[in-house]
Amino acid sequence: MTDHHAAAPPSGPVPWDKAFALRLLTDMLRIRRMEEKSAELYGAGKIRGFLHLYIGEEATAVGALHALAPDDNIVATYREHGHALVRGMEMGSIMAEMYGKHEGCARGHGGSMHLFDARTRLYGGNAIVGGGLPLAVGLALASKMQHEQRITACFFGDGAVAEGAFHESLNLAALWKLPVLFCCENNLYGMGTALERSESQTDLCAKAASYNMPALRADGMDIVAVHEASKQALRTLRESAGPVFVEYQTYRFRAHSMFDAELYRQKAEIEEWKTRGPIHTFTARLKAEGKLTEEEFLAIDAAANEEVAAAVAFAEAGTWEPVDDLLKDVMTPPPPAPRPGGGDAGSPPAAAPCEG
Amino acid sequence: MSRKLSYREAMREAMHEALANDPRVFLMGEDVGRYGGTYAFSKGFLDEFGPERIRDTPLSELGFVGAAIGAALGGMRPIVEVMTVNFSLLALDQIVNTAAALRHMSGGQFSVPLVIRMATGAGRQLAAQHSHSLEGWYAHIPGIKVLAPATIEDARGMLAPALADPDPVVIFEHAGLFNIEGDLPDDWSADIRSARVRRQGKDVAIITHGGSLPKALAAAQTLAEQGIEAEVLDLRVLRPLDSESIAAAVAKCRRVVVVDEGWRSGSLAAEVMARIMESAFYELDAPVVRVCSEEVPIPYAKHLEDAALPQPEKIVAAVKEMMG
Ligand SMILES: Cc1ncc(C[n+]2csc(CCOP(=O)(O)OP(=O)(O)O)c2C)c(N)n1
Repeated sequence: MTDHHAAAPPSGPVPWDKAFALRLLTDMLRIRRMEEKSAELYGAGKIRGFLHLYIGEEATAVGALHALAPDDNIVATYREHGHALVRGMEMGSIMAEMYGKHEGCARGHGGSMHLFDARTRLYGGNAIVGGGLPLAVGLALASKMQHEQRITACFFGDGAVAEGAFHESLNLAALWKLPVLFCCENNLYGMGTALERSESQTDLCAKAASYNMPALRADGMDIVAVHEASKQALRTLRESAGPVFVEYQTYRFRAHSMFDAELYRQKAEIEEWKTRGPIHTFTARLKAEGKLTEEEFLAIDAAANEEVAAAVAFAEAGTWEPVDDLLKDVMTPPPPAPRPGGGDAGSPPAAAPCEG
Repeated sequence: MSRKLSYREAMREAMHEALANDPRVFLMGEDVGRYGGTYAFSKGFLDEFGPERIRDTPLSELGFVGAAIGAALGGMRPIVEVMTVNFSLLALDQIVNTAAALRHMSGGQFSVPLVIRMATGAGRQLAAQHSHSLEGWYAHIPGIKVLAPATIEDARGMLAPALADPDPVVIFEHAGLFNIEGDLPDDWSADIRSARVRRQGKDVAIITHGGSLPKALAAAQTLAEQGIEAEVLDLRVLRPLDSESIAAAVAKCRRVVVVDEGWRSGSLAAEVMARIMESAFYELDAPVVRVCSEEVPIPYAKHLEDAALPQPEKIVAAVKEMMG
């Protein structure tokens, strides 16, 4: 078993004003508290199925998503609770979805791995490793063809890099110069398979660069590094009018899912990475720079816990979708009076996210 | 005034119309542009509509079918051409796990208005990796519609409602039909809901689709010469199946032969038979029989290929055996 050592600790002053710094800290804490609670609820049998926690990796979603515009598109994986929350989804609708309740964002059809939100342009929650990449390429193609400014950010793990979909997608995006930000969350393992046990070339930026796209690497445990690299990547994306690849080097503190005995890594490795935890290191930096007091931290944490409690109450109070509606959304319901045949090409785009 | 047209020209016209009328429509696939389309369905389109809307893709079925799904989600109306159904297996993940599932999985938030066209079927000695009929597999999947235009009108008429449909539609074009010619009536508009009777009869109903339709019609002609009036029902829409038209054919003829170029086991023909068992069993005067492909990867040699596929003679023989 190879040792995966944590990179050097962050240094230098935080280049942000207090309000922005606290916002990012707040979002990391909200994810952390929500997920800690989710794990507990899983143990209690309230949440079922697969549950993949993001604990340890929060800086990546928070730092990257705060670099994006509200109308950019997001495509994520089954480890997407944090992305959904930072994007602006109600914690209650996320929690209710994990409960399988009718009030969940996908009415209980998707669960933890399939959070969707048309309003914030979150296109899932994809549980096929690599499955989101072609989708992101297509969303970006649509934006380009419609002369929209929006970009599509696509999150995926290091495991996805071995899939054909990764290579086909990077090639297409680069060939057609599409505005995709490929965000690779390299937490060093795909389930129990370490990167060097699955890749002949473990330098992921080199892979991306081979498709003729700019590639950056960022310390994914350092929210400042993540955010600044993401902004840099977006600048490059606009300048080069094509895709950009960013590798966020991060680490998952918890098991892959709730069914993982973690036989493939050493406790000491996890403990070493935990010393680089994105929340406590950032908290310490802000305190050292006089941008955060202990009282402020406690207030932020208390608010996060309250939000979690309210989300759980919302999910608990939720209802079950009537079984009579089981087949309701398999297909779009036919229009009231179907026009016989013929070109009906002028109809409004059903694909556009339906508001509300 | 009807006019004479080939199946290929009819589909080409349909695509041309869609591209000309709706700026959201674009065509993508391997060799749809410079090459003019594997089967020349898009010849001249690149010059007329430009490379933005006639997109040659790399050889990456998974990638470009997935990209088309994304583009549909993003407000476009892509038509994706996959060279053959065999190659569509490389894209099956995106079709089944994303396009078909997205609407339900997202609680109705996102639908995927995508059209995928592909060639299907045997009969050209292309052997086991270019000749299969897998539309029955696709028809198994909730969340998509599956069409099999088998006539000039349907080649001309089914694309527009497929593009107007808010959900993914997969169109199977049997390669054996591309060069057939026929009269396109003035009103060629088509629905994508119903089966259609292509020949009236009363003694036996032959239920079929796609490339087997001309074979069923030829068999019906032979049978008529021998005093047996066969009705021929063209399913047209393989998912959702038009159960009512199937039941009506059973009620009218009381004997049924299902003709399907798919392999017998687990075939679309099996599904048609199951529906008859469920809803029209007591209307039958004889057990339903079927003529399917032999359960073998389609072979190259012509005599073997012919032997593997449904043929008019096999249909005639099946009917006569059933009539006793
Ligand atoms: C196509 C596919 N193959 C296998 C799996 C099973 N699986 C789920 S997650 C996972 C590991 C993926 O690792 P990575 O991409 O690094 O993401 P991480 O879980 O570390 O966030 C595997 C193998 C799957 N969901 N999809």
